[in-house]
Amino acid sequence: MNMLELAKQLDLQALTISDDLKSQQITTAYQSDLLSCVMSGGGEKSLWITLINNVNIVAVAKLLDIPVIIITENAVPEESTLERARSEGISIFLTPKGNYQIAGELWASGIKS
Amino acid sequence: MADTANISDASAARITRVEELAYELVISQVMTKNLITLNPNDSMLSALDKFRENRISGAPVVDGDQLAGILSTEDMIRCLRDGRIDRKVQDYMTSNVITVRETDQVVEALKIFQKLRVGRLPVVNKEGKLSGLLTKGDISDGLLVALQKDYEAEEVIRYRASHLFEDINSDRTSLILRYNVKKDDFSHGGAASNNIKKALMRLGATPQIARQCGIAAYEAEMNLIIHTLHGGVLKVEVETYKITMEAYDDGPGIEDIDKAMQPGFSTASEEVRSKGFGAGMGLVNIRSCVNEMSLISSKNRGTNLFMVMHLPRNTHEGKAEPK
Repeated sequence: MNMLELAKQLDLQALTISDDLKSQQITTAYQSDLLSCVMSGGGEKSLWITLINNVNIVAVAKLLDIPVIIITENAVPEESTLERARSEGISIFLTPKGNYQIAGELWASGIKS
Repeated sequence: MADTANISDASAARITRVEELAYELVISQVMTKNLITLNPNDSMLSALDKFRENRISGAPVVDGDQLAGILSTEDMIRCLRDGRIDRKVQDYMTSNVITVRETDQVVEALKIFQKLRVGRLPVVNKEGKLSGLLTKGDISDGLLVALQKDYEAEEVIRYRASHLFEDINSDRTSLILRYNVKKDDFSHGGAASNNIKKALMRLGATPQIARQCGIAAYEAEMNLIIHTLHGGVLKVEVETYKITMEAYDDGPGIEDIDKAMQPGFSTASEEVRSKGFGAGMGLVNIRSCVNEMSLISSKNRGTNLFMVMHLPRNTHEGKAEPK
């Protein structure tokens, strides 16, 4: 599914936007707040839902080729984190909803793996 | 209410390489310089012959060294329809000609092409004299050549990197990368491992192998940041058929290695856990990413973690079998 459409549907707020977001197709997603679990479970080209908002999420996403992160519960990251995400080409979205709810909505939108 | 409006703002700021080139290239680099020109007093018939002989669809008209106008196929058709092929070029040429300067960026010409429906633009130099002619075709040719040059430069760099080992003769050739990792430096956590991943890709490793090494290196890097007394070193040795990574530090050492290897076991502090670390899966992840892993440590000494990845024989692109 197209990430921009998904962002509109789920009412996500864009914090950083990578150059290729327009053409980004999302087919799988992963949810975890433990970085090592994401390391073993997060697939490339997937979307990552997390409550973590520190700069380490960018390094993990970059390493795993995860193009999009959704940060839940309005946990606004620091500007330095967003700065890093911009330079690494990773898109970060923000939502007031919790991990469980946003995962449910993604599932309902057709992201079922 | 969340606001998605800023998406379009950011997309607007996006500039492709082609657009960048349109700003980098100047008109004199892409214009046609060997000009076929007409004189205002030439007959339309001779202009028609010139168009046919040279297979062109338009030409600037020059009087002395001054640009007097431009004659296009449309003007020619108008003349033929009137049945006045005996008339002079100056009777049918367009005389209010828009010109561009040869030092202008290509993007300036693109703007004019977009705004006005003209097929060609005469190019003038600093003195205002005609120095060339520019068509949309010249611009796309110029952009293609520039893109090709970009691509070739990138290819050369890639080729050199991935063939690094071929031209060097020794009994055993390797490349060693070292990264100093500081204790508690969370803001740079992952920098070394991302650099390792990039370097391996440059050296011709497959994305899959670079990714697996990157994950293992990341876990080792974070262990140095979180668990050591003074940080440590992440060392990567790249050989033709093997990548060996080692993370070492000078303490405090691991008390019970078997326990440390258990999934879910962690000694990370509450503060570290709140950052998303300390899942107790680091060493487990490493073991699943590399072919061999070994851990040597003793309390109050240091820790050495070895990770080895064997490379399939075709990992280095274009690499032949060993001679």
